[in-house]
Amino acid sequence: MRIELEKRPERSKLFSILSPFIALGLTLIAGAILFLSLGKNPVEALFFFFIDPLLYGWSLHELAVKAAPLILIAVGLSVCFRSNNWNIGAEGQFVMGAVAGSVIPVVFHEWQSLLVLPLMMISAMLGGAAYAAIPALLKARLNTNEILSSLMLVYVAQLFLDWLVRGPWRNPEGFNFPETRNFNASAILPEIVDGGRAHFGLVFAIIAALLTWFMMRHTLKGFEIAVLGQSQRAGRFAGFSAARMVIFAFLFSGALAGLAGISEVSGAIGQLRPVISPGYGFTAIIVAFLGRLNPLGIVAAGLVLALTYLGGEAAQISIGVSDKVARLFQGALLFFVLACDTLIHYRIRIRRPAAAGSAIADARPQAETN
Amino acid sequence: MGLFEAILFSVMTAATPLVLAAIGELVVERSGVLNLGVEGMMIMGAVVAFAGAQLSGSAFVGVLCGLLAGAAFSLLFGFLTLTLVANQVATGLALTILGLGLSGMIGERFIGLPGVRLPVLNVPGLSDVPIVGRVLFGQDLLFYLSIALVVGVAWFLFRTRAGLKLRAIGDNHGSAHALGVPVIRTRYLAVLFGGACAGLAGAHLSLVYTPQWVENMSAGRGWIALALVVFASWRPWRLLAGAYLFGAVSIGQLHAQALGIGIPSQFMSMLPYLATILVLVLISMDRRLTLINRPASLAQPFVPER
Repeated sequence: MRIELEKRPERSKLFSILSPFIALGLTLIAGAILFLSLGKNPVEALFFFFIDPLLYGWSLHELAVKAAPLILIAVGLSVCFRSNNWNIGAEGQFVMGAVAGSVIPVVFHEWQSLLVLPLMMISAMLGGAAYAAIPALLKARLNTNEILSSLMLVYVAQLFLDWLVRGPWRNPEGFNFPETRNFNASAILPEIVDGGRAHFGLVFAIIAALLTWFMMRHTLKGFEIAVLGQSQRAGRFAGFSAARMVIFAFLFSGALAGLAGISEVSGAIGQLRPVISPGYGFTAIIVAFLGRLNPLGIVAAGLVLALTYLGGEAAQISIGVSDKVARLFQGALLFFVLACDTLIHYRIRIRRPAAAGSAIADARPQAETN
Repeated sequence: MGLFEAILFSVMTAATPLVLAAIGELVVERSGVLNLGVEGMMIMGAVVAFAGAQLSGSAFVGVLCGLLAGAAFSLLFGFLTLTLVANQVATGLALTILGLGLSGMIGERFIGLPGVRLPVLNVPGLSDVPIVGRVLFGQDLLFYLSIALVVGVAWFLFRTRAGLKLRAIGDNHGSAHALGVPVIRTRYLAVLFGGACAGLAGAHLSLVYTPQWVENMSAGRGWIALALVVFASWRPWRLLAGAYLFGAVSIGQLHAQALGIGIPSQFMSMLPYLATILVLVLISMDRRLTLINRPASLAQPFVPER
C-alpha cells in the first residue's frame, strides 16, 4: 500500500475551511487514546480538559487572559509567515517588550499619572520591535538565517530578564525575592469588567486582529505581503522590495509581541519576575497556523489554544494527569493542522501494489520514487 | 589530570552532543530536507535514554533507547514533510514543541533520580599519553562514535556512489528523479539517520554530560547544532572544528563564572547563543561560500510526477 499525492487544479475552498476542524477532531481522538493509555476514562478526561473550563465565570476570565497574548503575537506572526519571513523569536520579543514597558513602573515607581499606561504600551511596542529588528536587519543586509538568529535571541532575552529581576531591578523591600516592585495603580492595565481578571489585553488583541485583517484584505501593503510571500520574483517585477518587507514584517510582529508582553505583565502579573511567559511566543506559532494565517481565524484559534493551557491545569487538579499534557496537545495539534493542510492542495490516493499499473513500477525499484 | 587537561576534556564533552546532532542534520540537509526539529528529537533521545538506562540498569541499553527514540520521532517529520509534503519549517517547529512536551511528561517520574553514567572506555596504551591521552583516548563510547560518524559521513558523501546520489537529490530533486534516483526513499533514510544521531546526542546529555534528567535539558543545543551545519557550510570536517569551538565557548564561560570575574553570570550564559549569532553573521557575509555549498533544493517541496 502506498500513499500518493495528486495536485488539485486549484486549491480546495472546502478543505481550507474544514482542515482546522479536522485537525481539532484528530487531536481529540489522539488525546482520548493518550488518556486511555494513562489508565484514565477518556470521556471524563476530555470533559475536564476542554469543557469544564468553559463552565465557570472565573475560568472564562482566565481564558481571556491567556488568549490575549496568544492572539496578539500570532496576528503579528501571520504577517511574517505570509511574507515568508520565519520569525520564531516572538518569545524573546515578548520578554523585551515587557522589559521596555516596565521601565516607567519600576524605575519611576512613584509617578502616578494617566500618561503612565499609554507610555508603557508605546515603549513596549518600541522595545519589542527594536529586538525584532536585530534578526530582520541581519537577514535584510547580510542574508543571515532569521530562524536561528531570532531563536537564539529568545535565550538572550530570558537571561537578560533574569539578570534584571535578580540584580538592578530587584524590589529593595522584597526580602530578596527575584521580583521587581509591584506596579502602582496607574501602571496596571484595567480589567474589562470590574472584579474579573480579564484585562484590556484581549481588547488590544481583537483590535489588532481586525486592523491586520483590513490591511491584508484591502490595502496595497497586504497585497505586497502576499505577493512577496508567494514569489519574490513576482514581487520584484511589481516593484516591491523583499528586503524592506523583511524589516516591515519583523517590526510589525515584534511590536505586537512587545505589546502582548507588557499587557501580560501589567494586566495579569503586576510586576516583573524571572519567568513571565509559559511559552506564549512559541504557542502563538501554533495559533497562527491553526488560524490559517488569517487574523480573524487567529482570534478563534487563540481561544482554542488558551483552552489547552486551562485544560492542562484543570486536568491536573481533577483527574491527576500531568499539566505537561497541555504542551503535548499543542504540539499534536500543530502536527495535525500541517498534515490536514495537505488536503487543500492535493488529493490523497492510496494505491495497492496488486494493481496492474503499479506492478511494473514495482519491478523496477530504481525508477520508483517512494 | 592537570587543569589544562581537565579543561580540554570538558570542552570535548560539551562539544560531543553538538557533533552528534549536527552530523546527522548535515546528511539530512545534504539530501535537501531542512529538519528544524533537532531540539525535539534530541530531548526525546535524552529522556528515553535516561529512562532506558534507569529501567535496565545499563547505560548502553540507554544509548540504544535514545537512538531509537530519536529515529522514531524523526519518522513523524518524514511522514509529514515527505509523504504529505507539509511545510518543512513549520513541521520542524511542531516536532520541537511536541518533543519538549512529550519528554516533560515521560520524564516526570525520573526527576531528581541519580543517573547511570556511561562508562569511560580507555584505549590501552594511548590513554596514558600526557595531555592529549585522556582527552582523545580516555573517553566514552559516544565520543568515539561522534568522531567515527564524522569520518564516515565525509567518506560516504564524497567517496561513494550512494553519497553522490544523495547530494544530487539535495541539489536538484527534479533531475535526480528524472534520472531514476529514488528521491523520497533516500530522503526518508537521511531523515531517519538525522533522527538517530539527534537521539544519540540526547543520550549523551542525560548519560554523560549531566547524568540525570532535567526538563528542557537540551537548552537550545539542537538549534546550535542547526547553526553549526550552516557554519560548516555543509562540510563534515568544518563541522567538527565548529563544534569544538562552541564547546570551548560554553566551557570558557562556565570557568569564567566560577572564577567570579565581575560580569553577572547571566551575561556569561548568553555567550554561546551570542556566539552562534555572530558565527552565522560572519558566515553569511561571504555569500559565495554559502551559495556554492548550500543544497539548492533545501526545504523545497517535492511531489514526484507520474
